[in-house]
Amino acid sequence: MNAWLNRYIGAPALFGLMGLALVLVGVLQSWSLALTIAIYCVIGAIMALGLNVQWGYAGLFNVGLMGFAALGGIAAVLVSMPPTTEAWQAGGSGIITSVLLSLATLAVALLVYKRMRRGRARMWTMVVILLGGYLVTRQFFDPAVELIEAVNPAATGYLGGAGLPIMLSWVVGGLFAAGAAWLIGKITLGLRSDYLAIATLGIAEIILSVLRFEEWLTRGVNNVNGLPRPLPQEIDLQQTAWVQEWALRLGTTVPDLASITVKLGYLGLALGVLLLFWLAQSAIHSPWGRMMRAIRDNETAAEAMGKDVTGRHLQVFVLGSAIIGVAGAMLVTIDGQFTPNAYNPLRFTFLIWVMVIVGGSGNNLGAILGGFLIWFFWVQAEPIGLWFMDVVTGTLPAESWLRAHLLEGAAHIRLMVMGMILLLVLRFRPHGLIPERSVRPHSLRR
Amino acid sequence: MEDILNALALLTNFVLLPAAAYGSQLALGALGVTLVYGILRFSNFAHGDTMAFGTMIAILFTWWLQAQGVNLGFLPTALLAIPFAVLATVAFMLLCDRWVYRYHRVKKAPAVVFLICSVGVMFLLNGIVRFVIGPGEQHFADGERFIFTVVQFREFTGLEQGVSFRSSQALTLVSALLIVVALFWFLERTRTGKSMRAYSDNENLALLSGINPDRVVLITWVLAAALATVAGVLYGLDKGFRPFTYFQLLLPIFAAAIVGGLGSPLGAIAGGFIVAFSEVLLTYAWRRVFEYLGPEGWAPEGLMQLLSTDYKFAVSFVILVLVLLIRPTGLFGGKSV
Repeated sequence: MNAWLNRYIGAPALFGLMGLALVLVGVLQSWSLALTIAIYCVIGAIMALGLNVQWGYAGLFNVGLMGFAALGGIAAVLVSMPPTTEAWQAGGSGIITSVLLSLATLAVALLVYKRMRRGRARMWTMVVILLGGYLVTRQFFDPAVELIEAVNPAATGYLGGAGLPIMLSWVVGGLFAAGAAWLIGKITLGLRSDYLAIATLGIAEIILSVLRFEEWLTRGVNNVNGLPRPLPQEIDLQQTAWVQEWALRLGTTVPDLASITVKLGYLGLALGVLLLFWLAQSAIHSPWGRMMRAIRDNETAAEAMGKDVTGRHLQVFVLGSAIIGVAGAMLVTIDGQFTPNAYNPLRFTFLIWVMVIVGGSGNNLGAILGGFLIWFFWVQAEPIGLWFMDVVTGTLPAESWLRAHLLEGAAHIRLMVMGMILLLVLRFRPHGLIPERSVRPHSLRR
Repeated sequence: MEDILNALALLTNFVLLPAAAYGSQLALGALGVTLVYGILRFSNFAHGDTMAFGTMIAILFTWWLQAQGVNLGFLPTALLAIPFAVLATVAFMLLCDRWVYRYHRVKKAPAVVFLICSVGVMFLLNGIVRFVIGPGEQHFADGERFIFTVVQFREFTGLEQGVSFRSSQALTLVSALLIVVALFWFLERTRTGKSMRAYSDNENLALLSGINPDRVVLITWVLAAALATVAGVLYGLDKGFRPFTYFQLLLPIFAAAIVGGLGSPLGAIAGGFIVAFSEVLLTYAWRRVFEYLGPEGWAPEGLMQLLSTDYKFAVSFVILVLVLLIRPTGLFGGKSV
């Protein structure tokens, strides 16, 4: 009965409530805000889907989501921004030489690793080759970087991108993230889950360091603004006849309608991607999904049945990270700017975790709901917290330092709220709001 | 000869002392992580924020004491505040255990559930710290700043290069030593400490021989909270307090604990120093040292810096990966589950 309720009443009702909440925001605050929240909700839901593939299907503990999202973000820059020709002329050859050199170093090191016998001699040869290659590469790399960063540093100072349509970066971002995931998965999968967690935490920090400090590639903390947009600008829309006509008919102003139209467009694009992923996952759901669950629930038994556990884990780790990379590229596309300092592990990694756990790990619909719900709370907790603090401190005199401090700190209440939500769900509803179908008693167990 | 002494002075000032202090801070942090892992069997992601919480309380008490006109002369006032901060942090962690972890422990939930719970606690602590003291940077060190300064050292020895010994570094080294000695005495010599090690080695056997698991868990949280607070305050005195930095310390701390072998206290200390020294050695610009050591009038090209300081996290990470590949249980043979 309970399962039936969950399946046929629970999920639609919960999604209905979520929609109602967004409509309420539209009525009470503004439609533009409601649409913005909805767009980010969808992106959150896509990230949650990606994590759900890894955690819900395979029980992989990935806390490096921020890094994969950021890789997607830089893909948007590298694909869409126009190339800086001067910078390429100045330092392009140096960069290409150093890339080739480092690849050669890696190839030689790998060859030595394969050919020589295990032992001290091999280890030292490897160290010498890698260190030597690194130092030689730096000889070409450092001057090239200086040349590139000197080219008009206020506006460019980096190599620029490929000047292609930005929508392409949604695919490229996924590929970037998949590549990084393959590398890190090769090293850490097959080891204990705690190690994977720490390793992904580390790789995310490193990816972020690279994006922050390699200014020749990413402009670093100078940010990249004004990315090309896949949809027309609001300003251009305001000039078109049909927008002016409809604004008159609907009784709104032209700028409002233009901005809402653009946002609706983005929402449509994002929803399209979400639907695509959801369908793709449902399609491969049956045999593949069952095998993944079998591995998750009992690795030893699955291995005894001839399943390649580490290989499947790698597959699923790459797939989930790619989805997160796509979401990262979408985020930057919609923001229209790339700001490395905006990536914060609480917001980009652990919040996604809260989404999946609250929504229901192992259930895609649950992950999507979690993405909507948690993002909604994350955004709205700030005004609610402010209002709450205002009411609580209402009795204090207006100039009291305590009141000022509490009002200032209200923004941080949402962190506490997220922590509380996570802990309460784990305790009272460990399978989430929309639990995985056919929940087994140990489905959280690896 | 004098050139060699100058090079040594440079190394002491920029590598040995900072790395030793940082290593002790990491070691104290890693000890807390490793204890929780050994006894409660999960990786505590909230440890960095526990450090931040303890430090925050210490800072608040320091400010209060300073307002009362209390100080410790040449020592930082924060030392007086540490006992209060430890008490508050211990109380918080025990409440967390009572309300969060115990329920799952009784249900014998898998380790990963505890891990996710610790993420929840991390959010909570993060929110509290930012709410109470704000996300900005706080400096709370007072008292004498230096044991001896660069100028004093130069005048004393007549060398070209000077060494400064900051009191925060001295304080870190001395207190880390005292704490580690006390902790090992406790673990090796006292009945409670032995029961903890027994529980860590083999839970079932320990339970059979009448060890009270609740007591062991309680003492583990007390130790972890106290270690986190002291590590946090020492780090804050040395480098300043910023909530986000403490969260980021999680990576080097875990690297230290894993390099040494999760669950092995001795390993945690060794790991802390390995991580700290590699970080400092790899990001140090060696140019001036080679100037002294090389022939007269010769200077190497460039800074001779292997890695820019921006990438210090990469160092902990690479060490971590190397150890995982070569010796997955860590140098001192920790647990594997």
